[in-house]
Amino acid sequence: MNPARKRTVRLVVALSAAVALASALIYTSFSVASPALSPSQLVRQAQPGRSYQLTGTVVDGSVHRQGSELDFSVEDRVGGTAIPVAYTGTVPDPFREGREVIVTVQKHPGRFVGERDSLITKCPSKYKSAPAGEKQNY
Amino acid sequence: MEILTIVLALALLAVVIGVISAPLRGAAKRGATDGDRSHGSDPSPELSELEAAREAKYREIRDAELDFRTGKLSPEDYEAIDGALRAEALEILERIARAGGEAPGVENSAARGG
Amino acid sequence: MADLGRICLLLALLVCVYGIGASVYGARSGRVEFSDSGRRAVYALAIILTVAFAVLEIAFLRDDFAFNTVADTSSRTTPAFYRAAAVWSSQEGSLLLWAWLLSLWSSLALFLVRRRMREVAAYATAVLLGFGAFFIALMIFYATPFATTSPTPAEGVGLDPLLRFPTMMIHPPMLYSGYTLCTIPFAFAMGALLARRVDADWIRATRRFAFAAWLFLGVGILLGARWSYAELGWGGYWGWDAVENASLMPWLTGTAFLHSLMIQEKRGMLKVWNVSLVLATGTLAIMGTFLVRSGILNSIHAFGGATLGVPFVTLIAVLIAGSIYLVVSRREMLRSEHRIDSLLSRESIFLANNVVLVGLCFVIFWGTYFPLISEALTGHEASVGPPWFDRYTVPLALLLVLLSGIGPVIAWRRATLANARRNLVAPTLVALIALVSLLGAGLSGKPFAIAMFCCAAFVLGSIGQEFFRGARARRAMSGEPAPVALLALVRRNRRRYGGYIVHVGIAVLFVGVAASSSFQHASEVGLSPGKSTHVGAYKVTYVRPTATVTPRNDVAHTGSTLSLGALLDVSKRGHHVATLRPSQGYYDSGEPSQGSVGHLIGGQAVSHISMSGGVTRDVWTAIAPNISTPALQRIVTVGNRTLPPDEAEVAIGFLARAYLKDPPPAQFHLIVSPLVMWIWIGGAIVFGGGLIAIWPAPSAVRRRVAMRSRARAAHGLARA
Repeated sequence: MNPARKRTVRLVVALSAAVALASALIYTSFSVASPALSPSQLVRQAQPGRSYQLTGTVVDGSVHRQGSELDFSVEDRVGGTAIPVAYTGTVPDPFREGREVIVTVQKHPGRFVGERDSLITKCPSKYKSAPAGEKQNY
Repeated sequence: MEILTIVLALALLAVVIGVISAPLRGAAKRGATDGDRSHGSDPSPELSELEAAREAKYREIRDAELDFRTGKLSPEDYEAIDGALRAEALEILERIARAGGEAPGVENSAARGG
Repeated sequence: MADLGRICLLLALLVCVYGIGASVYGARSGRVEFSDSGRRAVYALAIILTVAFAVLEIAFLRDDFAFNTVADTSSRTTPAFYRAAAVWSSQEGSLLLWAWLLSLWSSLALFLVRRRMREVAAYATAVLLGFGAFFIALMIFYATPFATTSPTPAEGVGLDPLLRFPTMMIHPPMLYSGYTLCTIPFAFAMGALLARRVDADWIRATRRFAFAAWLFLGVGILLGARWSYAELGWGGYWGWDAVENASLMPWLTGTAFLHSLMIQEKRGMLKVWNVSLVLATGTLAIMGTFLVRSGILNSIHAFGGATLGVPFVTLIAVLIAGSIYLVVSRREMLRSEHRIDSLLSRESIFLANNVVLVGLCFVIFWGTYFPLISEALTGHEASVGPPWFDRYTVPLALLLVLLSGIGPVIAWRRATLANARRNLVAPTLVALIALVSLLGAGLSGKPFAIAMFCCAAFVLGSIGQEFFRGARARRAMSGEPAPVALLALVRRNRRRYGGYIVHVGIAVLFVGVAASSSFQHASEVGLSPGKSTHVGAYKVTYVRPTATVTPRNDVAHTGSTLSLGALLDVSKRGHHVATLRPSQGYYDSGEPSQGSVGHLIGGQAVSHISMSGGVTRDVWTAIAPNISTPALQRIVTVGNRTLPPDEAEVAIGFLARAYLKDPPPAQFHLIVSPLVMWIWIGGAIVFGGGLIAIWPAPSAVRRRVAMRSRARAAHGLARA
């Protein structure tokens, strides 16, 4: 094979490998991803065994700690459906009633179980204009 | 609006206008006789480009020698590469000479940032 | 004074518009005085924005609450140090910081090239002033730092307690310096394309700017990771959060660019690739800036409403469209002069390194923007978590480290296969010894971590060999003693050996990352005083509770009146290792509805972690005390009922005493992470090596070298 042909072959091989890897990447991302749902959506769509990203506000008065498990309810930002969540793992500093949270949950019979260490609390927006904060913890 | 604010704003405006217009005023004083591309002692773009290429080529020659001395090249391969690089360097030197300035080139390029 | 600030912004915008016009006219007509005037417009912009920034900073330091920004993010009780930093904790202030840093760095860059590359620099000036105009327009029309209210509020809201850490001062300016520095090579690339002069001169100038961007951005990222680990109650340094990723992506493309630039320098090839990398770096930097302040992605960083979303998307669209147009229309000029001589050459390895880095960037890009992508493609918003990122970045990182060990033993242009094979023996041996030792020590079950350790050993062996051989070669020529030879070797070959040091740093950093993530022991446990628990090989005992009360009029008051914590004793095999004092600070919520006592502790609760750092491991703890026990709540309720607001602090004292007397069990988060310190040490090595690599040799040395090479080249002519 002359050098030009060798170069073309190499280029084709390299590109094919890249395309193959990219496809694997893209495919797995769709199958592994957790859809982001609000409580009202979750109630309707949740299937057991799948992970979902639950986004909403922590209901006032719903936070109880039992040993290493933290129980709280999450409701829609606009109020309405509230979902009880049983969570174990790191609880971020800003977490408290009335704050917006994101937690990965799975549906179990009778309740939703939060995935370990998946609780994220959004920056509080009680400061008047933009919520302050460059970095928050998980 | 406070007096202080007005004073500071005017001062700032004066500084800004002074800074921005300096080249324009200088050029007007010199008049149009100097010509449009009066760079003074600055090298032409082509010369500057060739000098940069020359420095890069010198670096390649030194790199090849270091490669040989640290055992990455066989003597035959080193001779071949060194010869090719030297030839390329000479070509650049000739082009610099044609573009007008070899002796000043060495000092200039060494003194200026690499 | 706010008026002065507003005037500054307007003046700045006018100067930007003028500068763009003058620069473009100067470039096209060749009239130098206009290009110079355009460059000076950048200097003027720097002056104006310095004044504007000073106005804002002074307002913060003087507690001028007429300024909305000051009232929203600062207060009389915020310590001076944090008041100064609060300037950039808000949307508006951070925009001003960004624009100011852009003007400063642009002034410096344009000053350094003021005598060369006139046409390119003129276009670059226009691009940079375009960025400036964009950010200033944002400030004038969308989010002004100089908005005021009257009547002036008596007190401000205060800086978010989560931000009251020293690293907070340095992290944003560092990161923003990195982002703004990325726009300079971007502007010069655009300038070079517009002036049709992508050549050695451009390479020389751009390399410096790209390196500065790489350095500042890298340090900013590392500081952010360190802050997250050492100050926040999370215990991790990297979470694949959208904003973290946004800063990493331009750093990756910047690193790729620094490598592939050398290929263009030597072989005149990859011009399209290089230009594209630079343009991508700048665009990614703007996208990173945009992510932080738009909240479009469900990140924990919600920083500003959606009002800025539209302008930013427009800017990014313009940047991408402009870049593509310029590259395509100039593609004739960007054709390669040569090809890679041989697959077995350092150029090839650099190319492979580029592919891996860009691949990494693509993976991270896909994962970060996936919520938007999935929403666009499927109509449902979904996101991928850290496990997905880890799955793809870890193998790529392994490959990257491996390549950095292979590169040093391969010669430029065309290596001799036999020599290359022979040179790889020693590093491979080192890696095998490492493997055997690790397996022998009982470390198993974590294949990726073991693989990373072996790759790192390989790199250290390879680079160690290079230093040894280089010093030996130098000694053969100069007869110097070994240490002197080594120093002289590095000084005369800074780019090569500085680069080697950078790779050593990367290997060390990844060892730290692999060890601390794969071999970590963590536990969340509730403990009462006197009880103990085991984490890894350590026994942690809750000795006694601690409580600190800081009255509001105390000079040390940071906004937290009450802080509850614990004294922990850490021991290993019976020997005392460390004493840790984690605590939780309770901040004022400012809401009277919680009661005179309730509001003092009803605000943010901030973890103050305690850590014993060491060369082999870090022992890290955070505490979440329980202040909701009936006994403690009763004190609060009684205090609310009986105490007026200015006497409410008395109840805080009671709370503290009650907590100390009868402490309820507290939740502890305990982590033992091996080798974390090496992440920071590795990072320091990386940046130290980078500085060595970019440091210009003294001019005397360069002159000698240049003349000697010229003589040899002439000698070659005589021979031929």
